[in-house]
Amino acid sequence: MMAAAARFLIRGANPKLSISGGGTLLKLSPSCSSRTKTQRRHAAHFTYHPDPVPTQYGPTTKMNLFQSVTSALDNTLASDPTAVIFGEDVAFGGVFRCTVGLRDKYGKDRVFNTPLCEQGIVGFGIGVAVAGATAIAEIQFADYIYPAFDQIVNEAAKYRYRSGNLFDCGNLTIRAPWGCVGHGSLYHSQSPEAFFAHCPGIKVVIPRGPVQAKGLLLSCIADQNPCIFFEPKILYRAAVEQVPVESYTIPLSQAEVLQEGSDITMVAWGTQIHVMREVANMAQEKLGVSCEVIDLQTILPWDVETICKSVVKTGRLLISHEAPITGGFAAEISSTVQEECFLNLEAPISRVCGYDTPFPHIFEPFYIPDKWKCFEAIKKMINY
Amino acid sequence: MNNMYRVCFHAARQAAGLKASRLLQHRAFRASAMHRQQPFDSSLEKPQFPGASAEFVDQLEFIQPNVISGIPVYRVMDRQGNIINPSQDPELSKETVLNFYQKMTLLNTMDRILYESQRQGRISFYMTNYGEEGTHIGSAAALDPSDLVFGQYREAGVLMYRGFPLDLFMAQCYANADDLGKGRQMPVHYGSKDLNFVTISSPLATQIPQAVGSAYAIKRENANRAVICYFGEGAASEGDAHAGFNFSATLECPLIFFCRNNGYAISTPTNEQYRGDGIAARGPGYGMMSIRVDGNDVFAVYNATKEARRRAVAENQPFLIEAMTYRIGHHSTSDDSSAYRSVDEVNYWDKQDHPISRLRHYMTARNWWSEDDERSWRKQSRKMVMEVFERAERRLKPNPELLFTDVYQEMTPNLNKQRESLWRHVQQYKEHYPVDLYDK
Ligand SMILES: Cc1ncc(C[n+]2csc(CCOP(=O)(O)OP(=O)(O)O)c2C)c(N)n1
Ligand SMILES: [Mg+2]
Repeated sequence: MMAAAARFLIRGANPKLSISGGGTLLKLSPSCSSRTKTQRRHAAHFTYHPDPVPTQYGPTTKMNLFQSVTSALDNTLASDPTAVIFGEDVAFGGVFRCTVGLRDKYGKDRVFNTPLCEQGIVGFGIGVAVAGATAIAEIQFADYIYPAFDQIVNEAAKYRYRSGNLFDCGNLTIRAPWGCVGHGSLYHSQSPEAFFAHCPGIKVVIPRGPVQAKGLLLSCIADQNPCIFFEPKILYRAAVEQVPVESYTIPLSQAEVLQEGSDITMVAWGTQIHVMREVANMAQEKLGVSCEVIDLQTILPWDVETICKSVVKTGRLLISHEAPITGGFAAEISSTVQEECFLNLEAPISRVCGYDTPFPHIFEPFYIPDKWKCFEAIKKMINY
Repeated sequence: MNNMYRVCFHAARQAAGLKASRLLQHRAFRASAMHRQQPFDSSLEKPQFPGASAEFVDQLEFIQPNVISGIPVYRVMDRQGNIINPSQDPELSKETVLNFYQKMTLLNTMDRILYESQRQGRISFYMTNYGEEGTHIGSAAALDPSDLVFGQYREAGVLMYRGFPLDLFMAQCYANADDLGKGRQMPVHYGSKDLNFVTISSPLATQIPQAVGSAYAIKRENANRAVICYFGEGAASEGDAHAGFNFSATLECPLIFFCRNNGYAISTPTNEQYRGDGIAARGPGYGMMSIRVDGNDVFAVYNATKEARRRAVAENQPFLIEAMTYRIGHHSTSDDSSAYRSVDEVNYWDKQDHPISRLRHYMTARNWWSEDDERSWRKQSRKMVMEVFERAERRLKPNPELLFTDVYQEMTPNLNKQRESLWRHVQQYKEHYPVDLYDK
C-alpha cells in the first residue's frame, strides 16, 4: 500500500520533517537494541553489475535507474508534442521519483495526476493512443495493475486485430515498478509478467539497469504496439551507470548475450540478471563451469532464436525468475527449448523460481531464487 | 432550476425518512414497493421509461453539477470543545469519555514509537494515524462489537478500541512469531477474527464490494448485526468503490460506508481526486442515505455512526458517512509530504483543530481531566507501549514453514515438495540463511 516509496529503498532517511511524530526520540534499553539487526533488511541478495559505458549514442552522464527513466520521458516530451504522462502521484515526481521535474518543464497538461483508479488510467491511455497521441501511463506498482487487467487484455491487446487494423492503441506504453525489494511482501513485490505473456497483442519488456531502461523504454514508446514496461524497483537507486543523454533505442524482442560460455546457458531478466552474473562467476571459480548469461529483455514476443542457439552450444539451460514457478514465463521458455533443442540437451532444463505461494514478508530471504539456489541447480545439472 | 432540484432532493429525503419509520423492525427480504418499477400506463402524459421517473419538460436545460453542493458538516462540539446544541450532546458518561480520550492518545503514542522505530530501521514500514483518531474512536464506539469491520489501513484506532492488545499490534509490525498474520504481510496489516476485524489488504478499495457481500449474508442471518467499511477519499475513486456503492443500494444491505476524507491520497489533493461535493454527494446518485461529519469531533462521528448503524440494521439499507479530517503525518514512512504540502498547512491541523485537543478541552471544562492526569497518563501509556515494543523486538520470527501453509486450506503435494526442497537446501547452505532469527 503504502506506496510511496519515494524512500522505499532507503530506510531511516528523512529526519527533516517530523510532523507530530517528533518530540522525544526513541531511547531504547540496551537489551532491546541487541536484536535490532533482526529487523534490518539483509544485505541485497545480488551485487549490481553495471553495463560498460555505451559509446555509440553520444555523451553520457551518471544516472541511476529512476533517473534514466526520467531522462527517456524527458526526451519523449521534448521531441513529441502529443506525448502525455499520467498516473497516480506523477505530478510531484511519482512515489519512485521517475517523473521529477517534468511537470514544471512541460506543463501540467502533459504531466498530470489522475484520480486513484488503475482501470481508469489504462482505459484513458488507450483512448489517448486511439486518438493518435502518445500515452505514457504509470501504474504505481505492478502489483496494482490488476484492476486494469480487462483494459489491457481485452482492449489494448485486441484493438488492432478486432478492428481489422482500422484502430489501434500502439502509442500506449504502461510503466510499472516491478519485483522484490527486500521488504515489500505480498503487494509490493510481484513480478506479473507471465499473466501478460499469455496475451497476444501486447509487448512486455523488463530492463536490467539504467542504460537498458532508457533505450528499451524509448523503444516501447516508439513501438506501434501497446507495451508494458516493468521497472525493477530495487534497482531504482541501487543501479548506477553512465547513460547517454540523448535519445536512443535498443531493439525489442532481442535477447542479449551478456557473457559467453560453453557449459550452461542461464536466462533471466531484470534484477535476476545480476544474481545470474554472480552465479556464473561462482560456477567458474568453484566448479570450473563456463556459463553463458542471457538477458531476455523482452518477455513477449520473445527471442527464441538467441536462446536456442545458445542451448545448442551448451546443452544445458537454467532459467530463473522471482515469480512463482508454476505457469511462470520460465515454463514457456523451457517447453519451447525442449521442442527445438531436444537432442542437444545434456540435462533436464532447470527452473529456479519463486515458490507457488504469495510473496511473503518476513520469509523473503527464503522465498527468493537467490544465488545459492541457482548455484545448487548448476551443480545438479553438471553432475546429471 | 437549481432550487427546484434542491427541493426535490429534500422531498426525497423526507420520503425516505417516512418509509424508514414504516419499515422499522423488519429485517426480512422484500421487494419494497418504492423500488419496484412503475407499471406501464400509456394513457399518462408522463415518461414511461423503465429507468427513470419524473416529468417531461419543454425547456432545454442541463442539470448543474452543483445541484448537490455545500453539504453541511455535522458537528457537536466547536473547536474549543463546547457543545453547540445540547440536543446533540450524546451525554456519554465520564468513564466513557475518558476511555475515548485514553484510546485516542494511546494510539497516538503507539504511532510515535512505531514511526520512530521505523526511522531507526527496527521495523520495515509504518503508517501513522495522526489527526484521524477522532474518526476511529467515534465510529468504533458507536458499533456493536459483533459488527464486522472492513478497513483500509489507517484505522488502527478501531481495532484498539475493540481491545486488540498492544502486544499484537507490535507482533504484526515486527512480523514476529506472535503475529496473528504469521509474518506474511507488511506492518499495519492487522486482522483479528475474535474482534470481527477482517485482515487488511494493500490493494485499495477491494474491501468495499466485499463488505457489501458480507452485509448481505449478515442480513440473511437476521442477527442484528451490521458491517462497517472504511476507506479513504482516494480509494473512493477506484472502480470497486462504485461497484460497492451500487450493489449495497440495489441489494439493500445493512452497512455503513465510512469514508475518511483526510485531504490527500499520498500527494494527490482532493481537487485532483474528484469534482463535485466530495464523497457524500455521491450517495444520492446511488440512492443511498449520506451525511458529512466533522471527523475531528469524536462526538459527531459517534452520533452519526450510531444513528446510521441503528437505521442500517432496522431498515436494511446502506449509509454513507463522509468524515472530514486531515492526515497530519506523512502518507507512510516511505513518503516525505514536505514535497507537496506546506508545513503551515500541517501545523494548522496539528495545533488548531486536532481531535485529541478538542476532546481534552471538553473534559477539562468538566473538571474530568487535570494537567496532572495528563502527565501521568502520558507517562504511563508511553511506558506500556515501550514495554511491549521491547518484548516484540526480542521475539523470534515465525517458523519459515509458515511460508507454505494457508496458500490452500490443505497442503498440496506440489507445495509439500517445494517446502521439502527449501528445507534440504537450507540445511546444506545454513550459513547463508538467517535461520537463527526464526522459530524452529
Ligand atoms: C489498487 C491500488 N493502487 C494504488 C495503491 C498505492 N496507494 C497506497 S495508499 C494510496 C493512497 C490512498 O489514499 P486514500 O484512499 O485517500 O487513503 P489515505 O492514505 O489518505 O488514508 C495509494 C495510491 C494501492 N495500495 N492499491
Ligand atoms: Mg486520503
